[in-house]
Amino acid sequence: MAINPLASASTRRDFLKSAGTASALALTIGFEWGGTTRRALAGATPLTDRSFMPNAFVRVGSDDSVTVIAKHLEMGQGSYTGIATVLAEELDADWTRVRVESAPADAKRYANLAFGTMQGTGGSSAMANSWTQLREAGGKARAMLLAAAAKEWKVSVADLSAEKGVVYHAASKRQASYGALVATATGLPVPEAVKLKDPKDFKLIGQHVPRVDAAAKSDGSAQFTLDVVLPGMLVALLKRPPLFGATVKSFNASAATAVPGVVKVVQVPRGVAVVAKSFWAAKQGRDALQVEWDDSMAEKRGSVALMDEYRHLADQPALSARKDGDALRAIKAATRKVSASYEFPYLAHAPMEPLDAVVKLSADSCEIWAGDQFQTIDQANAAHTAGLDPQQVSIHTLYAGGSFGRRANPGSDYIVEAVSIAKAYGADGTPIKLQWTREDDIHGGLYRPMYFHKLEAGLNDKGELTGWHHVIVGQSIMAGTPFAAMIKDGVDPTSVEGAANIAYTIPNVSVELATTKTGVPVLWWRVVGSSHTAYAVEAFMDEVAHAAGQDGFTFRRKLLDQHPRMQAVLELAAEKAGWGTPLPPGKGRGIAVAEAFKSYVAQVAEVSVGKDGQITVDRVVCAVDCGTAINPDIIAAQMEGGIGFGLGAVLYGAITLKDGRIEQDNFNGYRVLRINEMPKVEVHIVPSAEPPTGVGEPGVAPLGPAVANAIFAATGKRIHVLPFSSSGVA
Amino acid sequence: MSTSFDLNGKPTTLDADPKMPLLWAVREVAGLTGTKFGCGMALCGACTVHLDGKPIRSCITPLSTVAGRKVTTIEGLASRPAKAVQAAWVKLQVPQCGYCQSGQIMSATALLETNSKPTDADIDSAMSGNICRCATYSRIRAAIHAAADSIKV
Ligand code: FES
Ligand code: FES
Repeated sequence: MAINPLASASTRRDFLKSAGTASALALTIGFEWGGTTRRALAGATPLTDRSFMPNAFVRVGSDDSVTVIAKHLEMGQGSYTGIATVLAEELDADWTRVRVESAPADAKRYANLAFGTMQGTGGSSAMANSWTQLREAGGKARAMLLAAAAKEWKVSVADLSAEKGVVYHAASKRQASYGALVATATGLPVPEAVKLKDPKDFKLIGQHVPRVDAAAKSDGSAQFTLDVVLPGMLVALLKRPPLFGATVKSFNASAATAVPGVVKVVQVPRGVAVVAKSFWAAKQGRDALQVEWDDSMAEKRGSVALMDEYRHLADQPALSARKDGDALRAIKAATRKVSASYEFPYLAHAPMEPLDAVVKLSADSCEIWAGDQFQTIDQANAAHTAGLDPQQVSIHTLYAGGSFGRRANPGSDYIVEAVSIAKAYGADGTPIKLQWTREDDIHGGLYRPMYFHKLEAGLNDKGELTGWHHVIVGQSIMAGTPFAAMIKDGVDPTSVEGAANIAYTIPNVSVELATTKTGVPVLWWRVVGSSHTAYAVEAFMDEVAHAAGQDGFTFRRKLLDQHPRMQAVLELAAEKAGWGTPLPPGKGRGIAVAEAFKSYVAQVAEVSVGKDGQITVDRVVCAVDCGTAINPDIIAAQMEGGIGFGLGAVLYGAITLKDGRIEQDNFNGYRVLRINEMPKVEVHIVPSAEPPTGVGEPGVAPLGPAVANAIFAATGKRIHVLPFSSSGVA
Repeated sequence: MSTSFDLNGKPTTLDADPKMPLLWAVREVAGLTGTKFGCGMALCGACTVHLDGKPIRSCITPLSTVAGRKVTTIEGLASRPAKAVQAAWVKLQVPQCGYCQSGQIMSATALLETNSKPTDADIDSAMSGNICRCATYSRIRAAIHAAADSIKV
């Protein structure tokens, strides 16, 4: 199944142009007077007549409410709270009056500056790209409210101060709440520039500001796509081919249409959809539906055969992703040589909320409700599917019940399915909710790719690392998508990140990539390349340290002399974990460190081995440097979550194919971590004044190797094939 | 066909296929959307509700099963342990994506309603049927202990 490139040629061109531009922060901030129309926000709270909207990101009501418009999806990572905190800080808003609303799909105002001109959430970039933009948005709004007070009281702005949503004039003891200044502020010009706060004056940033969504997510009132109810709405389930790349040959809908509640059965490019009055009717209808598939173009290989091919490819010449000196020669000349290979399976994201989208399609408009992660791409793909212009597609972004990368897909698979069903149904304005089941999710593709890694290293007679050779074999995530522009000289950066940019100082390094092609669709999965490269690098580094007769911490520490931030997290984790202190027999400690999305994370895992060889991860100590810590509690939560997510994956996670068919169906076959397996987690944040970087993904990267290295310390056994359960551990 | 039962303290009659899982009857017929769908096979706990005070997986419970009985969903939680659990969830900032949390809270409440001072092992056995893909497990554990402490007299 091919991933559809962006439909609209001009959008695609603009996107390609910007995709490679990392310095997109140079884009001017889209402050717009009157640029925000009522219509654009119609899906959210209607604009009251008496509110002040100085820019696209904040609205102050005459009732003193402060509404922050979030351009990023809230999928659990805390983006709504972080975004609101940064803006409210510079606005000097009263946090108890701050609420968050999701932005409409509008790349002109709400682009992710890390992505260029595209609106979307991913790469742990939400706070990094919003940081300056939202501080300025808050600061300018504050300046205008102060100017309004100065004008009303005929005093100098310099004599005014603001705190918790109130402007004060000390000399005259006058004060006014922001809400009372809304009318005057609205007529004032937007300042060109604004002085941002000195970090020492921060009142919200760096504090334990409570999440804006915690209460609604504790009483069942938070609205997910699953919960959308519209008048006359129907529910669709789609029967998809059992093999990737198969198509519908023929179908018989008579048994399906006989199910009470089934309204229509329609064929769409990806299969046959049963549209019904309820989920239950659609489900029964789909169970009764008979479809014959054309398998002639389908992927029919199994994962065992694919891994055999990959293993073979690792010995062939591959493309260079990094070359310092001559690694192979250095290894040949080494006194001691170490080599190992590592195998990684396909992984499903399995977000807790199975994919779903509501589409209301008519002749000239398409309205979408979804936990939407890639608004600009989804808009273009929906438009292409519907035969409309992207501007005719509006998106209501709702809370997403997890994503881990799944909802950010260049082909917009589930959105396109929903639009194609609405189109086949008649595009008559009937709202249709496409609901995936868990089985649809596990079978549905867009997995973390399968990979084979081969590593070799050489040590000299002093036990120093002189050569490092790393070969990676696997599918490209970006090939065939609009992101392909980021593939340089055949090397997809997402295949080699975490390996090609290895931080250790080694005189001779080569990293090579052999890109494979299979019919199994793949996608980024939480922490992307580092979900496998960090394991290969850090598990192998432990083998090398062991061969050098050195302790894993000391060996790494020395090689990180050129990388102070990485070295600092390594040291902090080791210190807090009591590295080097004795452990009782049957227990082991392992360490690993990684950089991902410009954040640095080190973890020390402690494991126990039971009599039956059963492994328990007792404790994980985590040190993170993510620049300025906007919300330390959310950072800790993301590390905890990343650790649990990563642990489930390395212990049990595997999607396997037999003759092209996925062998797992639900959480029984695709096992994930449960509460009884969750280790005790301690998170330590490195104090920093650097700009903030991401925390949603990096916590996953070092967990697997830290645990594997701890298992080695406890048992003497190295794990080269993931998940651990397939290696007879766990 | 209609089925009559007590839903969150109110006598309720739902006109639906008696084989329809309670999950979908509660969500789509009664319009209470706090209870979530995660697996449909009693594997994840997202759909947990109370039937006569005991936690059950509504995704595999036919509507007919609850005739004449008492069903409580997240919207109907009112007991002292329930309120303590919800308060602890907010205080300890448990939810991330939040999707699993209705089910987690229903399981945790049922635990505290029968065991006012659960140990870690009690929590493991009561909560291991509830998956959280965001892995908020450490905080779930801490929040259950905090809720238990808060209702001690
Ligand atoms: S939806 Fe019922 S247990 Fe998963
Ligand atoms: S909070 Fe996301 S699945 Fe539990």
